[in-house]
Amino acid sequence: MAYKDEKLHEEKVFKDPVHRYVHVRDRVIWDLVGTPEFQRLRRVRQLGTSYLTFHGAEHSRFNHSLGVYEIVRRIIENFENRPYWNHEERLLCLTAALLHDLGHGPFSHSFEKVFKLDHEDYTRAIILGDTKVNAILRKVEESFPQKVADVINKTYENKLVVSLISSQIDADRMDYLQRDAYFTGVSYGHFDMERILRVMRPMEDQVVVKESGMHAVEDYIMSRYQMYWQVYFHPVTRSAEVILTKILHRAKELYENDYTFFLEPYHFTSFFKGEADLEAYLKLDEAVTLYYFQIWREEEDPILSDLCDRFVNRHLFKYVEFNPNLHMSEWMELHQLFQKAGIDPEYYLVVDSSSDLPYDFYRPGEDGERLPIHLLQPNNELKELSRKSEIVEAISGKKRTDHKLYFPKDLIEGLSNRSKTKKRIMEILYG
Amino acid sequence: MLNDHAKLVKFFSQCDEVVGRKRLQKMIYILKKAGFPFEERYQFHFYGPYSEELTLRVEELCNLGFLQETWEKKSNYSQYRYALTEGGEEFLEHYPNMTFPRMTGLIEGMNGKSSRFLELVSTMMYFDDLTREEVEEKVQAVKSKQNYTEEELQEAWSFIDRMLQQ
Repeated sequence: MAYKDEKLHEEKVFKDPVHRYVHVRDRVIWDLVGTPEFQRLRRVRQLGTSYLTFHGAEHSRFNHSLGVYEIVRRIIENFENRPYWNHEERLLCLTAALLHDLGHGPFSHSFEKVFKLDHEDYTRAIILGDTKVNAILRKVEESFPQKVADVINKTYENKLVVSLISSQIDADRMDYLQRDAYFTGVSYGHFDMERILRVMRPMEDQVVVKESGMHAVEDYIMSRYQMYWQVYFHPVTRSAEVILTKILHRAKELYENDYTFFLEPYHFTSFFKGEADLEAYLKLDEAVTLYYFQIWREEEDPILSDLCDRFVNRHLFKYVEFNPNLHMSEWMELHQLFQKAGIDPEYYLVVDSSSDLPYDFYRPGEDGERLPIHLLQPNNELKELSRKSEIVEAISGKKRTDHKLYFPKDLIEGLSNRSKTKKRIMEILYG
Repeated sequence: MLNDHAKLVKFFSQCDEVVGRKRLQKMIYILKKAGFPFEERYQFHFYGPYSEELTLRVEELCNLGFLQETWEKKSNYSQYRYALTEGGEEFLEHYPNMTFPRMTGLIEGMNGKSSRFLELVSTMMYFDDLTREEVEEKVQAVKSKQNYTEEELQEAWSFIDRMLQQ
């Protein structure tokens, strides 16, 4: 029997708190889960710094990847023998679902920003490079790794396959909304996924939802909206993210200025130099990163040690609302006051915007901008969701942006009470 | 602070108006590929390279009053128009060193082109790690519905060469 068709002697299951069980029958999937590149995802948290706000949010990209695989497996089960669905694409879909986040690094959002990297490039590199994952995929077929990479990169010809893993209502979002809600403990993020899976239909180039399932989709859109504000965009999480970004910036700056670290930051040096290869990338996970943060708490550089201490001991920056249109001149004054007070504004005065986050809302958009969610009418016509649902239309029109100013209140309070600088800083920040 | 926002405001200051979100997406992508330091990350989507970060950042600029967004309904489609406001001009005064001298010419070059053509150009640029033959093959595969002709492909190559030389 060809490797691609090989089934395990007995079905394997992973117990999962969100989907109850993740079922594996294909040998290829089982072998991929066992690779070091996939196992590494156990050491990369799904929600980055959110665990500092929601103590339960310790779940990993490993959990999530299995969850996305399971959802796609269930969707495909329902698609079999329906028009537009090609059974030959089954293994490709399952594999791409399982491996879609393979290139995520430690605290990947901040990490990618500071070192100007893209996890999607690393996902592709792991799939196409000299790795255990690649060796398994090539056993299926020589061109299989490229096909998997194309699906994840969304450049695969069959857009129906792509849309299962990446679209406005895809397995990726359906898993992370429920999983993140479960592990953070919030009461949002829940929707009737079973119902959505039952009413999903394959069409040319896309997955659509039968109109009778509109209310379940409304719930899903509402979950996305609530999770955005309550979890993903939580101001405390953003504070931790700001500090994390500044730590990486500071360490890089010190390295570039020939600073002597107590411990050579071996795992980071190729990133500081901008020449990190796949081997270096795969060695760096969150356990290693947090180890360095512990070590750097003891560094002589006061900024690096202070920032690391804040991150490790959750001694985060405070924040106030900030409107760049109204407060631009105040921000410039604050910048000068911080310098005068000996608090480096490059590291301790930070504006964070909603567009700095990797999450989005549902928006129907403009024709040709981005493919929206389509409802399949009884007469087989397609209608964009917000044109049928007043709830979705109402959410789509809401203002969804904000900006916050982050700073170390404790350092400002530590200035002398007779200091005019301190008085003025507090006036600007707190009125 | 807000440097990435300022770069976009600078772009709008060099356009009278940008008509259409799809057009805006493709223009910024092409400029980025031509070497301008826009930080918005792009992924390949149904209609070619698309950046959710750009969408959100433009929404922020509208909410801050730096851009004016106008929605208009045409007979069988709708579109958005974007133009810089006085507030946007004042915001830009805080960034006197932000200059993109080559950009105006490139924007003019794109202004005369259709959104369909910019979608083709940006898609071809997305696959810039492939050979020309492979790019054309890939474009025809992922954009089969668009039925791009040989003439359009050749025009796009000439356009890309001009953009990258300027």
